[in-house]
Amino acid sequence: MGEQAKEQYAIECRKITKTFGKVVANDEIDLKVRYGEILALLGENGSGKTTLMNMLSGIYHPDSGQIFIGGKEVKINSPADSMKLGIGMIHQHFKLVEAFQAMDNIILGTAGKKEKSRVTSEKIKTISENYGLEIEPEKYVCDMSVSEKQTVEILKVLYKGAEILILDEPTAVLTPQETEKLFRILKKMKEKGCAIIIITHKLQEVLSISDRVTILRKGKSIDTVLTAECDAKKLTELMVGRPVSLEIERPRMEKHETVLKVVDLTVEKPDGSKAIDDISFEIRKGEILGVAGVAGSGQKELCETIAGLMNATHGAILFHKENLLGKTPSEIIEKGVSMSFVPEDRLGMGLVASMGMTDNMLLKSYHRGKGPFIKRKPARELAQKLINKLDIVTPGTETPVRLLSGGNVQKVLLGREIESAPTVLITAYPVRGLDINSSYTVYDLLNEQKQKNVAVMYIGEDLDVLLELSDRIMVLCHGRITGIVKAEETTKEEIGMMMTGESRPGESQLKTGSLDESPGSEVHLNENHGEEDSGHQKEKEAAL
Amino acid sequence: MSSGGGNNQKEPVIRVVKRSERPAKEIIILRLFAVALSLLAGGIFIACVGQNPFTVYKTIVSGACRSVMAFQGTVKIMIPLLITSLGVTLAFKMKFWNIGAEGQLIFGATCATFFALFCSEWNHVVLVIVMFLAGIIGGGLWGLIPAFFKVKYNTNETLFTLMLNYIALHIVSYLRDGPWTDPAAQGFPKIARFDKNAALDKLFGIQFGWLIALILTVIIFIYMKYTKQGYEIGVVGESQDTARYAGMHVKKIVLRTMFLSGGICGMAGMIQATGSDITLTASVAGGVGFTAIIVAWLAQLNPFSIFVVSFLFSVLEKGSSVVQSEFGLSTDCADVLQGIILFFILGCEFFVRYRFQFAGAAHKEKREE
Amino acid sequence: MDMLIKFLVAAVGAGTPLLFGTVGEILTEKTGHLNLGVEGMMSIGACVGFMVGYYTDNFFLALLFSAIAGALSALVYAILTVTFMANQNVTGLTLTIFGIGFANFIGIFFLNKSPEGTLKLPEKITAAMRGGAILGLGDIPVIGELLFSYSPFVYIGIAIALFAAWYLNRTKAGLNLKATGENPGAADAAGIKVTGVKYANIILGGAICGIGGVYCSMIINGGVWISNNVGGLGWIAVALVIFANWQPAGAILGSFVFGALRVLKYYIPQSVLPFPTAFYDMLPFLMTALVLVISSMRKSGRINLPAALGQNYFREER
Repeated sequence: MGEQAKEQYAIECRKITKTFGKVVANDEIDLKVRYGEILALLGENGSGKTTLMNMLSGIYHPDSGQIFIGGKEVKINSPADSMKLGIGMIHQHFKLVEAFQAMDNIILGTAGKKEKSRVTSEKIKTISENYGLEIEPEKYVCDMSVSEKQTVEILKVLYKGAEILILDEPTAVLTPQETEKLFRILKKMKEKGCAIIIITHKLQEVLSISDRVTILRKGKSIDTVLTAECDAKKLTELMVGRPVSLEIERPRMEKHETVLKVVDLTVEKPDGSKAIDDISFEIRKGEILGVAGVAGSGQKELCETIAGLMNATHGAILFHKENLLGKTPSEIIEKGVSMSFVPEDRLGMGLVASMGMTDNMLLKSYHRGKGPFIKRKPARELAQKLINKLDIVTPGTETPVRLLSGGNVQKVLLGREIESAPTVLITAYPVRGLDINSSYTVYDLLNEQKQKNVAVMYIGEDLDVLLELSDRIMVLCHGRITGIVKAEETTKEEIGMMMTGESRPGESQLKTGSLDESPGSEVHLNENHGEEDSGHQKEKEAAL
Repeated sequence: MSSGGGNNQKEPVIRVVKRSERPAKEIIILRLFAVALSLLAGGIFIACVGQNPFTVYKTIVSGACRSVMAFQGTVKIMIPLLITSLGVTLAFKMKFWNIGAEGQLIFGATCATFFALFCSEWNHVVLVIVMFLAGIIGGGLWGLIPAFFKVKYNTNETLFTLMLNYIALHIVSYLRDGPWTDPAAQGFPKIARFDKNAALDKLFGIQFGWLIALILTVIIFIYMKYTKQGYEIGVVGESQDTARYAGMHVKKIVLRTMFLSGGICGMAGMIQATGSDITLTASVAGGVGFTAIIVAWLAQLNPFSIFVVSFLFSVLEKGSSVVQSEFGLSTDCADVLQGIILFFILGCEFFVRYRFQFAGAAHKEKREE
Repeated sequence: MDMLIKFLVAAVGAGTPLLFGTVGEILTEKTGHLNLGVEGMMSIGACVGFMVGYYTDNFFLALLFSAIAGALSALVYAILTVTFMANQNVTGLTLTIFGIGFANFIGIFFLNKSPEGTLKLPEKITAAMRGGAILGLGDIPVIGELLFSYSPFVYIGIAIALFAAWYLNRTKAGLNLKATGENPGAADAAGIKVTGVKYANIILGGAICGIGGVYCSMIINGGVWISNNVGGLGWIAVALVIFANWQPAGAILGSFVFGALRVLKYYIPQSVLPFPTAFYDMLPFLMTALVLVISSMRKSGRINLPAALGQNYFREER
C-alpha cells in the first residue's frame, strides 16, 4: 500500500447496480469511505444496504458499476478476492461453523499448512489483546453466546489483516451494554487506521459512532452527510423520504381483566436443559405485553408451550381459569389463542411457502366442517378480503406466497391470525425484515386488536419499539423472568440490564416472576401428557 | 497485502444468476427440450454400441404398439408401474423419501399369495377381495415400519426403506426355498402356480388391474387436491414446523400417509402376482419400485402426468424387449435411457429459477434494456 | 481355531468393497452432498474396471479405469447437484438406476461378443489379485494368514481409509472440506472455493467407490462376470457412513463387521444354528436397519453429521 493510495478513498463505489430477477436492489449507488473513518450506511429494510455490502465482500456480483479499493479499480469475484483486497465483512447472520472451535473458524480460508493448535491459539490471543477483545480460542462456537460469536467474527477479519471492515447490523442481537463495548472496539480500530462501514437502521447508534452517514432509499443512494451536522429527525426524513412521526400510539384501555395466566411454568428442551425456568405472569384484556430478551432466552419455547406445541414439566397456563396444558394445539386454537411466530427465514412457520393465499388461509381452519373434503370457497373470499383490507400486493389468491415480498407475506400471516378473531394474540417478531411503513402497519394492527379488547403478547427485538408500543414489558433471560415493568416507567438501559440477568425486584403489584419464592407450592397439573408432544422433534433432520 | 491482485483478476467465464420464475408455458417447453436432448444423448449412447439410434427408437415405439398383443403387453407392464408411482407420490408429497416401494410391493404380494395358495377353494369374489386387502395391509405395514421409526427416533427413512426392500426379497426366497416350495417341481425351488380361482379376471383381454389403476389415478388426484388429508400431506411436506403450528398432528399424518403409500404399492404387488404372474417369484417387483420413483418425479407428483409418463415408460420397457430380440441389446437399455432422461430433466429444472450469465454479457444486456 | 482364522480372513475380504464405498461416501457427505448413487457408481466402476481387466489383462489398468469410471459418474452427480442444484436424493437414486442398468447392459453387450458365452478374467490378472503375494509373508502361520494373505484390494482400501482420516482431521484442505459441509455460507465468506471443494471431493469419493465396485466384479465371483454384481453393497455402504459416524477409521471397523455378517453362513454349521440361508443373506440388511435405528436413538456425544447435508448451496440465495 503506497503513500499515494492512503490519500485515496479506502473504498469508492461508482454507479453500482444489482438486480434480482425483476427487483432492482441497487440502482446506481455511489459510496466513499476513507481510512480512519467510520461510515454509517443508513436505510430501511429492503433499501439495498446489505446487497451493496455483499458486493464488496464478493458474495454478489454487480450487474454494472465500478469499485475502487485504495484508488485502484478492482473486480471482486469471490469472497477470496475481497479478502485479498483487505476487506473483511461481519455478516448479520454470523458465518461461523458451529461445530468448530473458535480458532478453526478464525484460520478458515487462510493459506499455508495447518499449524499446531497451540501456535494458532497464541497468535489469536496476541491479536485479541491488541484490540482489547476477550476470547477462548478452544471453545466450540455452538457453546458460545451471541456476543462471543461476534467476537470470533471480528477476530476472523483481524486475523486476515483486513483494513476495511464492514459490519452488517452488528447490534441487532446485542444488549445495550454489549453494544457499547463493541463501539469501543470499533473506535480503537478506527484509531489504528481502519476504514469501517457499519450498516444499521438505528438512528441513535448512527449518531453516536459514525463520522459520516450515507443514506440509501429504495436501492438508491440519497445523500451523504456529516454526522456532526445531523440529528435523528433529519436522518429519518432522508431515510423514509418524507417527514414521519416516530411516535407509536399507545391507546389507553379501561378494562384490565386477566385472560391468560401463566403459573410457575417450567419447560425443558429435548436435551434436558431448562428453556423456561419457573416463570409466572399474566396477560390482560386490552393490553399489549411486550417481551424483551436476547435471542434464545426462551421466547420461542414460551410461545410454543402456550400454543400446546411443547410440553411443560411444571406449572400451569390458565386461560379463563382453565388449564391449557395437556390440550392439543388445535383445541387451543379453537379456544381463541392465536400464536404466530416469524422465524429468521420469515416463511418457515405459519405459512406454507409454495401454496397460495387461499390454501394458507385454510391452515388453521381446514379441519372445521364435516366430511373429508376441504372447502376452499370461504378461504378464497377471506384471502380476497385481506388483499383489499391490508393492501396486499399479489397477482392473485392462488399465487404461491413465496413469490410475495416480505412485507406482504407478514401481512398475510398476521391478517389471517387477526381474522380468526382471537381472544389472545401472541405474535413473535412480526416486523422482522419489514420497512418502516410496513412496520407501522403492523403496529397499527396490533393496537387495533388491543382496542378490541384482545390480549396481545408482542415478542420483539427492537427495544425502542417495545418501549413505545407495550403497556408492560416482561424481560426474559436464560428462561427466567428478570422483571416485568410498566413501559412508561422504565428506560432502555434498565431493560438492557435485565436482559443480561440483573433482576429488578419489588414489582410486587405487577406480579413478578417471584424468583425468590420457594417452589413448594408448585401446581402439578401436567405431569404426563406425552401423547401430544411434537416439540421433541427438533433434532437435525436426519441426513435429509 | 491489500493492494495485490486487484487488476489482474479475471472474471469467471460463467456465473449463475437468479431470475424471476419462468411462466408455466415456458417451463413445459423447457422440459420438452430436455427430453429431446436426453433422446439425443441416448441416441449417441446407442450409436456407441454400434446400432442406428433411429432404428432402435422406431423399434421401441412400434414394438410396444404394433399389435393388439404387443399393446396388451405394454399395458401389463404399465399396471404395476402406474399404481406404484401413485403410491410413492403420496409419500413424496410429504417429502418422506419412500425408496421402499419395491419391498412394499413384494410384501403385499407375499401376503396376498398366502390366501392364493392356501384358501384357493373360497368363493372367487370373496377370495379376490381378501387378497386385495391382504396386499394393501401387507404393503401398508411394510411402509408403516420405517414411518414408525421416523416419527419416533427420526430414523433416516431413505436407507431404512431401502433395507426393507432386501429384507422382503429374502423373505420371498425363504418361502420359495422352504415352506411354500412347490412339491410338484421336483426339488426345483419355486412357488406353485396359483389355482385359477385365485387369479384375477380379465377384462378386454388384460387382467382387470388396469381398471383399478385407472380408477386409482382419479382417486389419488381427488385425494391430494380436494380432501383435508391431502391438504395435510402437502403442508407436512412443505414444513413440519408450519404443520405443527397449524395444530396438525404431524406424527399421525406421517404414519397414515405411509400406510397408504405402502398399501397402494402392496396392492400393485398383489395385482402383479395374481393378475400377471399367477405365482409369486422373487422378481415380482422387478425394479418397478425404483422406476416408479423416476416416474413420480418426472411427473412432478401430478397423478395425470404420472399416467402419461408411466405409459411412455412402459412403451420403453416393452419396446426394449423387442429391441433385445431384434438387435441383441439387453433390456437394461430401458434403465439406461430412463436414467438419461431424468438426468436431463433434473438439470433443466435449474433454468426455471436461474440462468447463466457469460462474462461481458452482463453489461451488454443492460444497455439493450 | 483354524476355522476362526478362515472366518476372519473371509470377513475382511467381504468387508473390503464396503470399506471403499463407505470411505468414498464419507468424503462425499462431508461436502454436504448426500450421494445415494454409491450403488450406481460402484456398478459402473465394476463394469468398466472388469472390461479393461478382461481385455488388457493388467490389474493396475483395471484399477485405474474403475476409479476413473467412478469419478466420471460422480462428476455427473456433481454437475447436477452442485452447479444445477438438483434434488440430491433424486439425482443419487437416478445415478443408481442408471449405473446398474449401464453396467448390466455393457456386461451383456460384451458377453454376447465373447465366443465362450462367458466373461472370465484371464490368468495373469487373477494371479495379481491373489492374496499372500507380499514377500512370502503370507506363509507365516496364523499371523501371516491374518495379516498378509489378502488381495491387494484390502491393503489399498485400508490405506485409502487411513489417508482419508489424516486428510480430514489433520490438514487445512480437510478443514475446508468439513467447513463446506457444515456451513457452506461460512466457508464461502472465509474465501474457500466452495464449488471447487465440492467437486473435488465428490469426484474423489466417486473414484474410491469405483474401486470398490471393481472388487465386486473381479473377486466376488471368482473373476466371472455376472449381472447385478454389486448386489446392494453400495446401499449398505451408505448406511455404514452413519455407523462410522462420518469417520474413515470407523469405516474400517464397520466394513469388516458387516463383512463378517456376509460370510457368516459359510462358517456356522446348520447343526448349530438351523437358520435358513435366506436368513443369513438377509442379515447384513437387517443389521443395517438396526444400526440405523440405534444410531438415531443415540442422542449423546458429538454427532459428526455435516450440518448442511442435503442442502444445495447458492451464494446469492437470500
